[in-house]
Amino acid sequence: MAAESHAVDLSHAMFTQPVAFADWLVIAPVVTTIIGGAICLMTRKQTTLQPWIGTFVMALLVAIDAALLLRVVNNGPVTMVMGNWLPPFGIAFTVDAFGALMALVGAVIALTGSVYALVDVRTLSRRYGFYPLLMLLMTGVSGAFLTGDIFNLYVWFEVTLISSFGLLILGSSRPQLDGAVKYAFLNLIATTLFLVAVGYLYGVLGTLNMADIVRSVRELPDAAPIGTIAALFLLAFAMKAAAFPINFWLPASYHTPRIVVGAVFAGLLTKVGVYSLIRILVMLMPENRAAMSDIIVWLAIGTMLSGVLGALAQNDIRRMLGYLVVSGIGSMLVGLALGTADAVGGALLYAIHSMLVMTALYYLAGIMRRTGGAFDLAGLGGLYGANPLLAGLFLVLGLAVSGLPPFSGFWPKVVLVEASLKAGEGLLAAAILLTGFLTTLAVGRVWLFAFWRGGPLGTPDGAEHLPTARVPHETRLAAYLPVFFLVALIVWLGVWPEPVFAVANQSALGMVDPSAYLDSVFGGSE
Amino acid sequence: MEPVLCVLITVLFSASFYLMLSTHIIRVLLGVALLSNGVNLLIFTAGRLLREVPPIIAEGQMVPTMATANPLPQALILTAIVISFSFFAFLLVLGFRAYQALGTDDVNEMRVAEPEREPEPPMGY
Repeated sequence: MAAESHAVDLSHAMFTQPVAFADWLVIAPVVTTIIGGAICLMTRKQTTLQPWIGTFVMALLVAIDAALLLRVVNNGPVTMVMGNWLPPFGIAFTVDAFGALMALVGAVIALTGSVYALVDVRTLSRRYGFYPLLMLLMTGVSGAFLTGDIFNLYVWFEVTLISSFGLLILGSSRPQLDGAVKYAFLNLIATTLFLVAVGYLYGVLGTLNMADIVRSVRELPDAAPIGTIAALFLLAFAMKAAAFPINFWLPASYHTPRIVVGAVFAGLLTKVGVYSLIRILVMLMPENRAAMSDIIVWLAIGTMLSGVLGALAQNDIRRMLGYLVVSGIGSMLVGLALGTADAVGGALLYAIHSMLVMTALYYLAGIMRRTGGAFDLAGLGGLYGANPLLAGLFLVLGLAVSGLPPFSGFWPKVVLVEASLKAGEGLLAAAILLTGFLTTLAVGRVWLFAFWRGGPLGTPDGAEHLPTARVPHETRLAAYLPVFFLVALIVWLGVWPEPVFAVANQSALGMVDPSAYLDSVFGGSE
Repeated sequence: MEPVLCVLITVLFSASFYLMLSTHIIRVLLGVALLSNGVNLLIFTAGRLLREVPPIIAEGQMVPTMATANPLPQALILTAIVISFSFFAFLLVLGFRAYQALGTDDVNEMRVAEPEREPEPPMGY
């Protein structure tokens, strides 16, 4: 047989050692959520069973991501290549602290979502596949955070996108269809632009492995059109991240689906865009990022201010929250604009803070609707008298999202302002502080009207028309538990940020100087 | 061969951008379909064209003895075709459902999620 005569030493093309057991952790998040999604799909008629499966799988995902983060923080980046091919061939999953931390926080968001869904997603929507779609969304998000291959990143983006379409139109009401049209078309165009950039990058470099791209970009001749490609990546991911001026799909759609879907989207989707921006522009193309730095500064300022001004103009709380999500993206772009390790670490901290706070605020808006009977500032009122606990939770989250101590929003802003001043970008620092001030106004107004005022618009001063509705007894725990959990994390991040700071610094250093990342990928072949 | 394909890609991209600038969903849909085809062709061309030499290693050889076509872009395109086709199918249904529910396929007239005269936030008690 020909095959026998070809019996040769494969060690120059493949890893011949079996993969260490602990390294399977690298793909475990993706595998777990795919299997969980398949199980949920099979049991989609068992609508009482699905939430348990969903919550169990998400809890498992949190545990896996935590173990992965612990391993990466202690031992440096881990790589696993599909089919055991030696890099740069084959699809590589490379996990560094940055990706693992984002994946962990994302899993926490999804866990709270699958619990809160007990309140918000009733039998029919469960039959239509809320839980399978949520799991597939997490497959896409985890894959995007963990992959080390740029075309693979595109595939995970599409997995995320198609699941988010499904979640967005669950319920098929008219506003949902309207919002979904804008969300779907603009996001699809953004991912297609990403694919265009990948195609050009492959044409120039001949490789798709991120670590290999880092090496090849350094060796390129000056005439290579890599700056254009970097600009295309910036355009595509800025659109995904909802950066000004290409952010109008977000406030048009995030308030239309069920609260839990809006909450999970606010926590996850735009942050995947920010993560990709940082991964590609800071790690893969640092020189081109530096060349575009001035543009990114203005993008950041525009995003922060347009977001918060939009929030100030809204009557509907959900729409206000959508604009606040946009405004937070601007603060993360500050890290990208400066590109120093401090600033990137600050952006990562801000991303974590924003994921937790925005999700919790959406949940709280849902509880406010169930208590006060409305989503808009005119219709809400008297919530402080009706439910002081709710008021307390809102106050914590409001102060956190404005960036006031002692909550999670304070430290990332301190880091970002300090990094901006150190880089001589006083305008950027001023924009961050002004945004914080305006956010306080927007949130303070909700507090004033929805909580302090005695009742809905028109209630005379001093009179009380307290709402009497409550979250039904059987779902009260499912409604409040996720919020309490997130608020506890937010307070913890505000009071004792040391451990997360350490991990964020390590992540940002790994992003700015990817030598450990490269060693992890090519360690076996060099 | 490359220049010919470059022109073709340019035509596809410009036609798709033109269509996507329209406010009618059906035109935007056609634009999206053209765009995905343009991108596939772009990846194919970016992987360098070499005609009619299949990437097959002759029996008894360890490596290909002559330049062959690059198989990787074809694998990438295959993935992209599947994805873009499924997205196109989804968007087609979404556009049709939106037309049924909202009574228009002009995005300027779709103002259900963002009503034209939204109430302003209250200015006082």
